Amino acid sequence: MGRYVVRRLLQMIPVFIGATLLIFLMVHVMGDPVAGLCGERRCDPATAARLRQEFGLDQPVWQQYLTYMGNIVTGDFGTAFNGQEVTELMSTAFPVTIRLTLVAICFEIVIGITLGVLTGLRRGRPVDTSVLLVTLVVISVPTFVTGLLLQLLLGVKWGLIRPSVSSAAPFGELLVPGLVLASVSLAYVTRLTRTSIAENRRSDYVRTAVAKGLPRRRVVVRHLLRNSLIPVVTFIGADIGFLMGGAIVTERIFNIHGVGYQLFQGILRQNTQTVVGFVTVLVLVFLLCNLVVDLLYAVLDPRIRYA
Amino acid sequence: MRGGTHARWVVGAVAVALAATACGSESSGGSADAGAVLSASWGDPQNPLEPANTNEVQGGKVLDMIFRGLKRYDPETGAAENMLAESIETSDSQNFTIKIKDGWTFSNGEKVTARSFVDAWNYGASLKNNQRNAYFFGYIEGYDKVHPDSGEQTADKLSGLKVVDELTFTVKLTQKFSTFPDTLGYNAYAPLPRAFFEDHDAWVAKPVGNGPYLVDSYTKGSQISLRRWEEYPGDDKAQNGGVDLKVYTDNNTAYTDLLAGNLDLVDDVPAAQLKNVKKDLGDRYLNTPAGILQTLAFPYYDKAWNKPGMEKVRTGLSRAIDRKQITETIFHKTRTPATDWTSPVLGKDGGFRDGLCGDACEYDPEAAKKLIKEGGGLPGGRVTITFNADTGSHKDWVEAVCNSINNALDNERACTAGPVGTFADFRSRITQRKMSGPFRAGWQMDYPLIQNFLQPLYYTNASSNDGKWSNEKFDDLVDRANRESDPAKAVELFQQAEEVVRDNMAAIPLWYQNGSAGWSERLSGVKLNPFSVPVYHEIKVS
Repeated sequence: MGRYVVRRLLQMIPVFIGATLLIFLMVHVMGDPVAGLCGERRCDPATAARLRQEFGLDQPVWQQYLTYMGNIVTGDFGTAFNGQEVTELMSTAFPVTIRLTLVAICFEIVIGITLGVLTGLRRGRPVDTSVLLVTLVVISVPTFVTGLLLQLLLGVKWGLIRPSVSSAAPFGELLVPGLVLASVSLAYVTRLTRTSIAENRRSDYVRTAVAKGLPRRRVVVRHLLRNSLIPVVTFIGADIGFLMGGAIVTERIFNIHGVGYQLFQGILRQNTQTVVGFVTVLVLVFLLCNLVVDLLYAVLDPRIRYA
Repeated sequence: MRGGTHARWVVGAVAVALAATACGSESSGGSADAGAVLSASWGDPQNPLEPANTNEVQGGKVLDMIFRGLKRYDPETGAAENMLAESIETSDSQNFTIKIKDGWTFSNGEKVTARSFVDAWNYGASLKNNQRNAYFFGYIEGYDKVHPDSGEQTADKLSGLKVVDELTFTVKLTQKFSTFPDTLGYNAYAPLPRAFFEDHDAWVAKPVGNGPYLVDSYTKGSQISLRRWEEYPGDDKAQNGGVDLKVYTDNNTAYTDLLAGNLDLVDDVPAAQLKNVKKDLGDRYLNTPAGILQTLAFPYYDKAWNKPGMEKVRTGLSRAIDRKQITETIFHKTRTPATDWTSPVLGKDGGFRDGLCGDACEYDPEAAKKLIKEGGGLPGGRVTITFNADTGSHKDWVEAVCNSINNALDNERACTAGPVGTFADFRSRITQRKMSGPFRAGWQMDYPLIQNFLQPLYYTNASSNDGKWSNEKFDDLVDRANRESDPAKAVELFQQAEEVVRDNMAAIPLWYQNGSAGWSERLSGVKLNPFSVPVYHEIKVS
């Protein structure tokens, strides 16, 4: 087990380097960021040159990349164009997005899996059909439509929530944005769980458990659900990274100042340091999530062993 | 029933939050409350909040509240009036003696002296400080030493600035510039306290100025809380207790928040909401001209656009654009068709002349076709209008302009829209002279002077002359206007220069942009100044 983890961690290094290099090059291809700093006019050449020097933009790309990677190792992610350290931006943005992601994941697990088990056990009944129909609708409606609609109904028409999230972004205010963010994945989780449960219901170990005279609740939770969760866990694990980076739309609608907002701002202003810094951390989150998911397989299914 | 208790908890929390906000507004009572704080929408400033480093409207909003300069532009007329300046005297339009009023202090108690200005201007001009607005000091003698175009700076201070005594300093310019005093209302010329130089990081984290508000707290990227400065020595004291500026990524969210009662003031009503705004807000909506002009500029470094006869083609293109229809259908009258190259906010005396463009800006498909034919046709038979697609509704109007041109010329392929992903990339293509046809050019004035609408944009090698247009006659008229000490005569010369721009159709004027604002029932007295920034200190909260 320990060896497996070490091997996986070592494998992350090339993935990490490759991903950051790609991002670095992509942002670089977008052109000269200094040109956008002076509004609708040409930066005077002397100031532009000084700015380029300050942000290291006067060096060749490969050198910029090496310097950047060297700095990252020491925990220095550089400075954004507005004079803020990127680490400072991260320290304000990531907690917010992590809270949002947690809310979303909770919705996925609690509602998604519950509905999945319910429909899986009652396949073909009215409950199953109606839930399937609802998930179909949720999947096919884009997030921003759901978001704007809920914001308008709950926030403006009925006055139940604040349409925007305050800068402190406590859990209470993140419930609706979290639900919106989770909606599509939630529908997928429901469908995945349902299929998995329906399939495993007829397997030998379930029949054995029922034949042993175990209570129904125990059969469903301990035997059926645990084994059916493997595809769901894979999906949710990958979804954590996706939710954190892909919250741009939701964060924009509800004015949440998280990772999505910083990335959006960074891309608009072609702020290499911000974009690469945030994406680097997101890449790490993705890699770690995947590792945790793989380790969870062994916990869920005793047949899987890592040497 | 875990879900049930959960939901009840949520409703409870919401109820508490609502009750809390309700209490907050109730305590302020019915009539105007000088202590009440209002909340307003804001955008994250692009650069640190230093006066000489802020060149966009979001940072400008804050500077406008926490600083007062030598001059201030009247929020309604745009006229430059003395603020901190007791007098600004000159006998030759080149050497100025500036006297400051006694009794002004910064909010930390430090006295505002001649040195506060001279130090601030030296800081702003100095190359090593990377100030984006450094070129504003370009007219002052010694600028080429502290801010050379290339190489190291050889001086730290502008030789043209001299402190005479505590409240007097002199300014020497490199050339005659009669309207120089009227430019001094711009934020870049604000005075700075010693704290700015001694502990710069602390100052940037929480700026200290001499305006009617002081910074209570500043969380970068999300909110700045400004509170009334009780000891403010000026006449324009804040009429409210303070302003909380909240960062919104999307102005649609700000507008929704306004409707839900979470926000008091939105100063940029999104285009998508314009058709609902009357129904949503009634008369709590304002739509007034601002000092912003949208034009189409041309790449004069491209031979195809610079050969003789092309002025006819450019004029033809101008006449092929149905400005009235576009401003009505796409912008819901938040733009006004342009008839000159300045802005209505200047007023008649300031140099705005309605209809100076004349026929050249009138929509007339027949004339357009004829002019373009006479001028030798479009280069390569077609044009592409380049614009940045990341902000505003540029895509919509560029496509509309193209449609209008195509219809006028009876050629579906005459004009196409050429989007560029980001503003930064768009700007860098312009500076690298990579444009091959007309491109979007917007101009937001720095100060309400006709000079600011012409010289930076059309003077040979000027800072915003993106198309690199050059015309001796124009340059000569501008030089003469700057030398002229009588303001009325100067304006007249500038208008003559503007006529040169018209005759060559150096850039096609499209429309004047309006500023818009919507506010909650709590507010009264909301106004926008010519820079389309709300006049925060005059807003009353009830």
